[in-house]
Amino acid sequence: MLRIKNLEAGYGKLRVLKRISLHVNPGEIVTLIGANGAGKTTLLSTITGLVRATAGEIVLKGQNIETLKAEKIVFRGCSLVPEGRQVFATMSVRENLVLGSYVQHRQGKEQLREGIEYIYDLFPVLRERKAQLAGTLSGGEQQMLAMGRALMAKPALIMLDEPSTGLAPLVVKNIFRIIERLREEGNTVLLIEQNAKAALKVADRGYVLETGKIILEGQADELLANRDVQRAYLGRDVKEN
Amino acid sequence: MYWDEKNECMPREDLGQLQLERLQSTLYRVATHVPFYRQKFKELKVDPDGFRSLSELTSLPFTTKQDLRDNYPYGLFAVPLRDVVRVHSSSGTTGQATVVGYTQNDLKTWANLIARILTATGVTNDDVVQIAFGYGLFTGGFGMHYGAERVGASVIPISSGNTKRQIQIMQDFRTTALICTPSYALVLADAMQELGINTSSLSLKYGLFGGEPWSEAMRQEIQNKLGIIATDNYGLSEIMGPGVAGECRECSGLHLAEDHFLFEVINPETLDPVRPGEIGELVITTLTKEAFPVIRYRTRDLTRIIEEPCPCGRTLRRMQRVLGRTDDMLIVKGVNVYPSQIEHILFEIEGTRPHYQIVVEREGRLDKITVLVEVVESIFFDEMKKQREIIETIKRQLASELGIGVEVKLVEEKTLERSDGKAKRVVDKRKL
Repeated sequence: MLRIKNLEAGYGKLRVLKRISLHVNPGEIVTLIGANGAGKTTLLSTITGLVRATAGEIVLKGQNIETLKAEKIVFRGCSLVPEGRQVFATMSVRENLVLGSYVQHRQGKEQLREGIEYIYDLFPVLRERKAQLAGTLSGGEQQMLAMGRALMAKPALIMLDEPSTGLAPLVVKNIFRIIERLREEGNTVLLIEQNAKAALKVADRGYVLETGKIILEGQADELLANRDVQRAYLGRDVKEN
Repeated sequence: MYWDEKNECMPREDLGQLQLERLQSTLYRVATHVPFYRQKFKELKVDPDGFRSLSELTSLPFTTKQDLRDNYPYGLFAVPLRDVVRVHSSSGTTGQATVVGYTQNDLKTWANLIARILTATGVTNDDVVQIAFGYGLFTGGFGMHYGAERVGASVIPISSGNTKRQIQIMQDFRTTALICTPSYALVLADAMQELGINTSSLSLKYGLFGGEPWSEAMRQEIQNKLGIIATDNYGLSEIMGPGVAGECRECSGLHLAEDHFLFEVINPETLDPVRPGEIGELVITTLTKEAFPVIRYRTRDLTRIIEEPCPCGRTLRRMQRVLGRTDDMLIVKGVNVYPSQIEHILFEIEGTRPHYQIVVEREGRLDKITVLVEVVESIFFDEMKKQREIIETIKRQLASELGIGVEVKLVEEKTLERSDGKAKRVVDKRKL
């Protein structure tokens, strides 16, 4: 689905991504964990074309996309749920969803209605709030709306940037349940999280990003069992020293 | 039948991506955690962060058995000892041994790789697996054990030796799969013949053999005598133990676990890669090992990589059965023996000359090793008692050094064959 080789990117003279190689297979949840400033969001921005790659390649469904413009990449089937939700606050829930279907604009009204119904089934709370302004939703609801909006594009790959940030524990749990549901529905997910434990529990595989480099790759359960990961990201008590 | 179809039958292109990703993180890991590699990279001006393609592999330094010895015991570990849950040691000797460690994840990977080769032979959770490899520091017994448990088979951890008991248990417990060295399989077959046991009355179906070089003729003999399907598997403790490669039912080459290791074949003289399909020394780089990652380990084993796809459907390439060694190491009864070890002991013993010859034979089914030692004339002609003493001393010391029994014969000075002034140290009479 997605294959990245030796990707480098940065802002001006600042090299943020030093040499990233990773892949996401169809139907997989792959998580990328790493501390603040490791380059997680930069990587997503580079994949979506918001930041230009300075070296390396990004292949989506067998085609190189690293030189394409951001809006073209969305059309290729790669959607991003940005950090901090970023829903259109002054528009209604339904309007947000309709906007998300923009890349599918050639579809008929019937398909659009079905698409929205599908999102409402996935997130029943959005149906209840469909006429409400998005800005009045709670954080968790906004997160669901942002995910729903991305799904409206029927993406081949959906990328989630820190979906649990700033949410109450119970809501976080719910969000992760939905991510698992996404996989059951056959979606391919690249999940970026600081909540490494929760992310690794839902993911199939994972990568550990540190100062712009992938330092570890593995099955999610292996990463959970890796002592370095435990010490650095899972808050394991290191009393044994 | 596959244990891990997704990885065993992965498209080669996907495999290449996975190998690159894993190699990049392995290089980062060894450069960060293993001073030996940090130093080597510095010397060779290798930038571990600059590694961009598998074709750059040849720019990386080799690791040799000597490097492992120099860093005895824990010098090459990439994790703190508290993360290591198992330690194995190769059949070496005091000061010469090499130590390898495993994290929890390493053990899991290992068990899965063994499960692959067991499944490839046909072993399932319905089988009763008799493991007649030595349990202990040797990786054979425990390695196979955890893999067989992973498959869900009923495991009999009988360990090596005591042939009669092996046969008794094989009959009583209705063993369906035998795991040992190929030569021991023949010992069992012969013993059964002597005891008048009809092998067709056994439940035995499969045999997975490894730990020493063997031949196609031996396979036929084992298959005929025991009435089983016999497959070859390959591994070495420095890399992981058994499970590095193993045959499928096609029995024409051992599938390499390429998702966990990178394999190269080099010319042992020039150290350059050989052309695809040519014979050379196998060099292995680990891709997923946590505790004991190794970069370009020179196995000293001669083989070639078979590039043609296998009819079994696995996309993992195969290597031909090991054809020999590039160094003078002997594998006797599954134990690695270096002539230099024997030499070292002989030097310490008074009255012997620095000329000796090691003769390895196969007596019946078992390897026998005889050391011919030149002694000073006075001892040879005069003192019978002194002779016996010397023989006993050498025997005792060799046995404790090598871990296997050795015959010793004293010969007169200058009777051992010399070519170009250089003694012929090893005579291997075994026909493998």
